[in-house]
Amino acid sequence: MLLIKCPWCGNRAESEFNYGGEAGIARPANPDTLTDAEWADYLFMRKNPKGLHQEQWNHAQGCRRWFNAERDTVTYRFTRTWRIGEAPSSTRDVDS
Amino acid sequence: MTSRRLESGGFVDRGKVFEFKFDGRTLKGFAGDTLASALLANDVAVVSRSFKYHRPRGIVSAGADEPNAIMQIGKDDATLPNLRATQTELYNNMVARSTKGWPSVNFDVSAINALFGRVFSAGFYYKTFMRPKRLWRCYERFIRSSAGWGSAPAGNDPDEYAHRNAHCDVLVVGAGPSGLAAAVAASRTGARVILVDEQNEFGGSLLSEDTTIDSVPAMQWLEKTVAELSNCETVQCLTRTTAFGYYDDNFVAAVERCADHLGKPPGQTVRERLWRICAREVVLAQGAFERPLAFCNNDRPGVMMASAVQTYVNRYAVLPGERAVLFTNNDSAYFAAVAFKKAGGLLAAIIDSRQSGAGVTAVTNAVDHGIPIMNGHLVTDVVGKKRVRKAQVAQWSGDTSQTIKNTVSIECDLLMMSGGWSPAVHLHSQAGGKNIWDETHHCFVPGETLQQNRSVGAGAGQWSLMECLQRGGDAGRTTAEACGFVVQAGQTYETPQDQENPIEPLWRVPASRSPDRCAKQFLDFQNDTSVADVRLAVREGYRSIEHVKRYTALGFGTDQGKLGNINGMGVLAEALEVPIAQVGTTTFRPAYTPVTFGAGAGEDIGEIYDPVRKTAMHEWHEMQGAPMEVVGQWLRPWYFPQYGEDIHAAVARECMAARNSLAIMDASTLGKIDVQGRDSVALLERIYTHDVGRMAVGRCAYGIMLGEDGLLMDDGVMARLGEQRFYLTTTTGGAAAVLTWLERWLQTEWPELDVHLTSTTDHWSTIAVVGPKSRELLQKVGCNVSLQRENFPFMTVKDAELGGFPVQLFRVSFSGELAFEVNIGSNYAMAMWELLIDAGQEFQITPYGTETLHVLRAEKGFVIVGQDTDGSVSPVDLKMNWLLSKNKDYLGKRSLQRADLVRTDRKQFVGFVPVDGKTVVAEGTQLVNDPLLPVPTPMCGHITSSYASACLGHPIALGLLQSGHARIGEQVVAAQSDGTYVDMQVVSPVFYDPKSERQNV
Repeated sequence: MLLIKCPWCGNRAESEFNYGGEAGIARPANPDTLTDAEWADYLFMRKNPKGLHQEQWNHAQGCRRWFNAERDTVTYRFTRTWRIGEAPSSTRDVDS
Repeated sequence: MTSRRLESGGFVDRGKVFEFKFDGRTLKGFAGDTLASALLANDVAVVSRSFKYHRPRGIVSAGADEPNAIMQIGKDDATLPNLRATQTELYNNMVARSTKGWPSVNFDVSAINALFGRVFSAGFYYKTFMRPKRLWRCYERFIRSSAGWGSAPAGNDPDEYAHRNAHCDVLVVGAGPSGLAAAVAASRTGARVILVDEQNEFGGSLLSEDTTIDSVPAMQWLEKTVAELSNCETVQCLTRTTAFGYYDDNFVAAVERCADHLGKPPGQTVRERLWRICAREVVLAQGAFERPLAFCNNDRPGVMMASAVQTYVNRYAVLPGERAVLFTNNDSAYFAAVAFKKAGGLLAAIIDSRQSGAGVTAVTNAVDHGIPIMNGHLVTDVVGKKRVRKAQVAQWSGDTSQTIKNTVSIECDLLMMSGGWSPAVHLHSQAGGKNIWDETHHCFVPGETLQQNRSVGAGAGQWSLMECLQRGGDAGRTTAEACGFVVQAGQTYETPQDQENPIEPLWRVPASRSPDRCAKQFLDFQNDTSVADVRLAVREGYRSIEHVKRYTALGFGTDQGKLGNINGMGVLAEALEVPIAQVGTTTFRPAYTPVTFGAGAGEDIGEIYDPVRKTAMHEWHEMQGAPMEVVGQWLRPWYFPQYGEDIHAAVARECMAARNSLAIMDASTLGKIDVQGRDSVALLERIYTHDVGRMAVGRCAYGIMLGEDGLLMDDGVMARLGEQRFYLTTTTGGAAAVLTWLERWLQTEWPELDVHLTSTTDHWSTIAVVGPKSRELLQKVGCNVSLQRENFPFMTVKDAELGGFPVQLFRVSFSGELAFEVNIGSNYAMAMWELLIDAGQEFQITPYGTETLHVLRAEKGFVIVGQDTDGSVSPVDLKMNWLLSKNKDYLGKRSLQRADLVRTDRKQFVGFVPVDGKTVVAEGTQLVNDPLLPVPTPMCGHITSSYASACLGHPIALGLLQSGHARIGEQVVAAQSDGTYVDMQVVSPVFYDPKSERQNV
């Protein structure tokens, strides 16, 4: 079981969290002006990297806040987490 | 029957005699015995029958690697199948039964299989029982029962199990010499240490070996060390605890057998406890498994691992035979032979396959005890069926490819074997670590690790006691230091130094015929996999060890190849003509040894598996005898039968009451969300498809929300309580998901919005008062606001006082009738319910449940999200275009223009009436245009809701039909699961009161 560092509560058990998919996908300001392809890109296309991946997580069984996390998809290790709207720290908590 | 118990020695308590039953025979053992040692003490040679050939089998090992002595322990519902007798501590009145052999292990009718050994080769079942396919069901029952594997109890497990989370700096797995040294060294720095060992006491190999540490007997060192650890506040010592799984992030799962050794858990004791350990650093000191030697008939009872014999002699004071032969390819087994001899056994000979034999220490020791040594010799075969009688011994040149011509017989009733040692790299491998082949010791040792773990002792290929202690201590200090503790200089240990000769690998033993034609040379006893089977797999084209495993069953079963796998890899490497390192290992997966379902489930069973939610009126519903329907976590009354009514009669009566007079329903399970904050309108505009901002304060509206894919997610009535305050309802099952959905957008996409969302599902109870008399009823109990249409029109909400209680009163309807929904604080809800029931008697007030709710709404064509929709339905499919605002953007709006969603042949929501006017087709029934088309007949839709309608006098159905909106008036065919067809008229989904006049009165 992973320990995940909620940026509001600190380290908590993985079972308290829900995964929310890739982070940093901004909703387009004017969807009506997008082509089908552009809208499909926003709607369906997601990265699937081998290595570091920026994701949204929700501390569902805790403070219920959503936050950003960077996780290594090879080792599953969380390298850093940060609050929505803030920049990630320049250093990682652990190496991936 | 002979007693094989020694007069003295060992760690058994001769003053405490335990009686136990094995396969119906009553036997005696001592406290401190395992079931295996007690059986050996009673000279029970045959404890099982083998998997495929039903050959008699005896106890082979003394630990987790035991392949044969697999038992069903305990009786009735507390029985546990597939326990290893070697790891099962004896208790008084234990009932044990072999899981194999029918009718008994001594006489097994299926032993006839052995006569056809050559037919039952690897892949036999695959090749034979493939065709015809439909007969497999018949074969399977016979094959499974004759294969054994014990039985599950019929009833519920009477015992309790627990889970426990634990955190530590250093977790040490295994309390042999290296693990103990690691734990002591780490604990002396102040680190929090957890030390687990699967046995009933710490010590590991020290409990079986006769040696010294720092010039005192090892047992003295052990006692002192265990005492130090037990007295240390920062150390948690767990015996009878198997670390069985190593998962991500240094998370290790271990099961503690708290009461398995007592038979029945006393008092409040749990039977087993699952430890979920988060460790910063892990030291793996799991030890090693001795390997068998693959000679002919090496599975005969009386053939045992040399180290197991040493353990039975030294630890349990049992002499497993009278006259033994030792067959080895390494030095370690010499000490086992000496132990056997010292305990009073006769040791006929040591047969050493190496031309140059053992090192000075081992040889001197054996010679001092008068044991003859035969270097450059092999045991090629044994004689004896239910017990070894003779070993066939031959001289050997060292060439594996040769066949052996001349053998001599040596009489013995015990054959001790040792093919070298394999480190237990299981947890290391589970943690993602690689294994590398050690060319000197001929075994896989732990290589690079991916997590914070290191291996020490025999489990890391460190074989001398000195090395185990030294490296263990080093690991303890290094791991503590990694956790930030200050480390003192290391301790040194003094142990006897041995002069050894290296092991010479012997993966299979040459015999009088070729390995493909000689008597069975078993690699995996539990699965009856032989040398010939692995070679056959290679001849049939298998190359990968993973494929060979699956074809031959090598390494399956409860022991997972702990004993036989490495020999199998050696045989495979020889057949493939590649180095063994290139063959590699199979994947090591949890669990290390089998774990009970009880331990896995822990406390999360029965009532507390999942919370059950009950409304404030639940007890009243139960008193009326209403059957309950499970809706999400909620229990809701299904219908309220009277005078022995069945569900159809009850629902018809309830529906007619709602249509003609007065009915009442507990709607408390509706999801409810309170929305407040300066930007509430802004948020809800983006979530809901209709123009939220245009709603006047006090108005209600039916609203739907879409996913960004444009498909319907949830629906419900929302009310505007203030300029920036809303009350949302959701479906019963969707409440949590909708709140999470809103929170997610609010927090991640629009954090600038000032909105607060609060679930009020449990705070408000909701009572729906339905029917033409509902207004009269509310007036009768006393309402402080006018209920007349002009003051309180349809789809509005008011704060009110009803019968003296403060309530929120909604004029909404999910039935199409004049109706009110009363929201009242849950603590007052039961009082309000009874007030309304009493006052409603003059109108024959009729409570109704979820079934009538469904019929009433279906008569009106109202969808139920999740029943009439399935995550692939758009609002356009539902003809809800009137809800889709053109004045704003909302989630999912853009997707409604996607090519797939504007197709005209999408499945669309319509109503159906059976042409025969009487058949209620099952929900889920597929619709076809022409049932006579060849199979697979194209399907054009399906029924989602279907009921008998009392007020209409005929059945009605709702469903999704391709291009359905354009097909009103046509007919389609419902293809029922029994093969019959029902013609269905396609109609508007609104069956009753199409102009919706009744709810507006």
